[in-house]
Amino acid sequence: MNLNATLIAQLVVFFILAWFTMKFVWPPIVKALDERASKIADGLAAADKAKTDLALAEKKVVDELRKARESAGDVRASAEGQASKLIDEARAEAARIIAAAREAAEDEAGVAAQRAKEALREQVAQLAVAGAEKILRREINVKTHSELLANLKQELQ
Amino acid sequence: MATEGHAPTSSEYVVHHLTHLNNTGHAQTNVVDWSVINYDSIFYSVVLGMLTVFLLWLGARKASSGVPGRFQGFVEMLVEMVAEQARGVVHSAESRKFVAPLALTVFVWIFLLNAMDLLPVDLLPRIWEGMYAAGGGDPAHAYMRVVPTADLSTTLGFSIGVLLLCFYYNIKIKGLGGWVHELFTAPFGSHPLLYPVNFLMQIIEFLAKTISHGMRLFGNMYAGEMIFILIALLGGTATVFGFLGHVVAGTVWAIFHILIITLQAFIFMMLTLVYIGQAHEGH
Repeated sequence: MNLNATLIAQLVVFFILAWFTMKFVWPPIVKALDERASKIADGLAAADKAKTDLALAEKKVVDELRKARESAGDVRASAEGQASKLIDEARAEAARIIAAAREAAEDEAGVAAQRAKEALREQVAQLAVAGAEKILRREINVKTHSELLANLKQELQ
Repeated sequence: MATEGHAPTSSEYVVHHLTHLNNTGHAQTNVVDWSVINYDSIFYSVVLGMLTVFLLWLGARKASSGVPGRFQGFVEMLVEMVAEQARGVVHSAESRKFVAPLALTVFVWIFLLNAMDLLPVDLLPRIWEGMYAAGGGDPAHAYMRVVPTADLSTTLGFSIGVLLLCFYYNIKIKGLGGWVHELFTAPFGSHPLLYPVNFLMQIIEFLAKTISHGMRLFGNMYAGEMIFILIALLGGTATVFGFLGHVVAGTVWAIFHILIITLQAFIFMMLTLVYIGQAHEGH
């Protein structure tokens, strides 16, 4: 435990080191620390903001989806209504056309049948006459036979 | 040391280890002798001081507000810790611009100086003996103490540095007149009869602060070093008991010493801040 001039030297070294630290070590580190602190604060604020933004966006998405679903339902309902209306109209039209066609065909068929009947009647009469002629050539008795033929024609009416 | 002649006795071994390498070549005879200078203390303090500021400078050089690496994070942690302590004790932002870096330097530097204690107690002295003998000297006179804080001159040098800073800030904050006024009127009050008593109290206070500041660090480190030397002596008995004792005691003491060197460096730094902080406040 001795005291000597080492003390003075250590005193000088002590101040030189402290001066160096003050000049070259402390300021840049403290500056960097402060800057980083403010950076982190900014980052945290930005994160908070992003979070609220996200929540808002999500809410908006839900709203939009709901709206879209509603409008889609409307569109479908109206489309269905229109389609069934069109179908009904088409069905009614078809029924009308079918009925008209059937009527026309029936009329036509009736006329044709009448005409055919007339023609047949004529032909049968002619055939009968022709047959009768042949018969008459052999057994000439016009009187009786014409009476017979008239009766026959009457029956065929 | 067992080169020629007899092996050193225990007391010779201890005394050899406790003798400084100085400009006289032998142990200092007077308790106070301003013509003597300890080369070993100066050498290790300057080297470790340069290492201190170099390491801190490395951290400062790469300092950026980006993501810090491990080393930068460590230096920043130290800076934050010291800045926090300084803010609590020195209530002047202007003074903190110098005082906080000073405290940081003191903490790291004294920690490193104390950490010299953790090197094997014979390692550097034995290397020095080898070099000294190679240079043609008698290794018995190759003195070397590697823990500068176990040298009272070093620790009192630091504490007197702090005392000078206290004077400086006393004058800077209170003005020379204000400080002289305080020296004579505090702590007992302003009365001509009390002036000498007040002044005496102030002198005692400054002396007590400074001496206890330096002595505390010196005492802890000196005692620690002494115990390492004694543990080494135990191992030097070259018996099974001595070997085991050396291993066990050396391990336990070294682990405990990690706490002591950190704690003492921290205490020295805190007291530096506290004393300088007191210089800013009126009694």
